[in-house]
Amino acid sequence: MRILVIARLTFREAIRRKIALTALILGLLFLLLFNLGFFFIVRQVSAEPFMPVLAVRNLYSSFQLAGLYAANFLSIAMAALVSADTLAGEISSGTIQSVACKPLRRVEIVIGKWLGFAGLLSLYLGLLAGGLILSVWLQTGFLPPQPVVGLALMLFGCLIMMTVTLAFSSTLSTLATGGAVFGLYGVAFIGSWVEQIGSYINNSTAIQIGIVSSLIMPSEALWRRAAHEMTTALVQMVAGGPFTSRSVPSDAMIIYAGLYLLIALGAAVYLFNHRDL
Amino acid sequence: MIISPYAIETRHLRKEYNSKVAVNDLTLQVLVGEVFGFLGPNGAGKTTSIKMFLGLVAPTSGETSLLGMPAHDHRIRARAGFLPEHFRFHDWLTAEEFLQFHGELYGLDRLQIKKRSQELLEKVGLIPYSHQQLRTFSKGMLQRVGLAQALLNDPALVFLDEPTSGLDPVGRRLVRDLIADLRHQGVTVFLNSHILSEIEITCDRVAFIKNGMVLKVGALNELLQGETRLILRLGKVSPEILAGLESFGSGLVRESTGRNTTVGLEYETVSLTVPSQATVPELVRWLTIQPVDVYSITPHRLSLEELFLQIVGTDGGL
Repeated sequence: MRILVIARLTFREAIRRKIALTALILGLLFLLLFNLGFFFIVRQVSAEPFMPVLAVRNLYSSFQLAGLYAANFLSIAMAALVSADTLAGEISSGTIQSVACKPLRRVEIVIGKWLGFAGLLSLYLGLLAGGLILSVWLQTGFLPPQPVVGLALMLFGCLIMMTVTLAFSSTLSTLATGGAVFGLYGVAFIGSWVEQIGSYINNSTAIQIGIVSSLIMPSEALWRRAAHEMTTALVQMVAGGPFTSRSVPSDAMIIYAGLYLLIALGAAVYLFNHRDL
Repeated sequence: MIISPYAIETRHLRKEYNSKVAVNDLTLQVLVGEVFGFLGPNGAGKTTSIKMFLGLVAPTSGETSLLGMPAHDHRIRARAGFLPEHFRFHDWLTAEEFLQFHGELYGLDRLQIKKRSQELLEKVGLIPYSHQQLRTFSKGMLQRVGLAQALLNDPALVFLDEPTSGLDPVGRRLVRDLIADLRHQGVTVFLNSHILSEIEITCDRVAFIKNGMVLKVGALNELLQGETRLILRLGKVSPEILAGLESFGSGLVRESTGRNTTVGLEYETVSLTVPSQATVPELVRWLTIQPVDVYSITPHRLSLEELFLQIVGTDGGL
């Protein structure tokens, strides 16, 4: 299978060019810092004799969500960074020529790279977010309600970001690709906050604006749904806070995000197919 | 499998980039087993043509078949090898890993690749460096490993795009020997080059292209023998004589006039290209009955460089 040959090369490139090592070291540093902070919080909370159980859980949940938010952001950024140069860079350097002249279809190159990056991002997100959930569980025994669904939704967001980046990378230069995808992410980011605050003050126009921005780039919406899945019903009622979701993206948004990913992947294949190398 | 006498056959191949025409109207047949030279100034469309043959660039119109199959079918490329112009590869791979990867792209199995890459690394003299990353390689070494890559699948058709530009004499020699080997094995080689001495040594047939059009195709020895440049030393030449001479060939130039003071003779040197050696006796018969003194006629065989400049002109390569 030539798709797997390309996917393996993508993996190997991440290892050889020390992308994997850097990500691993900084990921571990991230977990270390989180654990250290969390350790002192837990110690103080345990020392308080009259802290209500609900307040304790609320505190743990909020702190964990803050960490997961950071992990999500880092993974989204990683998704864009690792894939921005892959097609654009190889096209501009000419490296792609000795690959694309082989007996394989261009679609196999795109799908192979996609699979390679999907594997890398799963590992990265698994390390950051999975490690974070595991740390909290080990220190306190607290586990969010739907950790697997939550992680899957976060990964979904990363894959959308990566696929869109691939599509841009097949037709734009590396820098233009980076600019385009971070621009899109910015739209999703700001739209998401407009929607949150709109929901807080019950302004339906603001909520609509947020939804439209999620249609343009659904990665933030997926994060908010993931956050919702990983927050207990009780905490949702009492808390609020910046990292919980007030306006929760619907199932329809998740289905839309799935279609969005497929269309982006189709666009990547189509654009690369029609590109002169 | 379809048996075709042509390794490459193109019909009215054309490529436009936006409004710029890179290849105008390329119709070409390359026979199976020949070493074919593709000659032209920089920007003539040589690289774009190869890229169209290999499916890297989509033609605006026209078609190509390789070994009897349409070139847009990726499967035919299992029988082709390609050394791109700038030898840019994944430089974080070692030479051995690089060949392993490209072998897998060709769809060969692991053992086959292992055996074949050892043979080829030995042939191109890279065995001592097979575990080094390509980023540590010099240009010459990259070219060698690139050649090995192009030959991994025992191709029936090999495309070499400027394989020796910027290489030292040892590297050039290696390419020349490899091409000779391939010819011996019956492999068709399509060689893009503007290094004429190389073409002269290696190629059976050549095509001259300019502005994306074939100006002339033919066997190299016929092209070189066919046209002959004559240097004539004559006495006073009238316009009628010049016109008469021009009717035998082309490219008439009045080189110089001179005067031998001791005997008081005036003469003029004129040069002219005639289409073949057979024209020379006719021209001499005609000239001797004209009212002009003939001091000497010297035939001068064209070098490939002169032929190139004559066909392509001197305004190319800009």
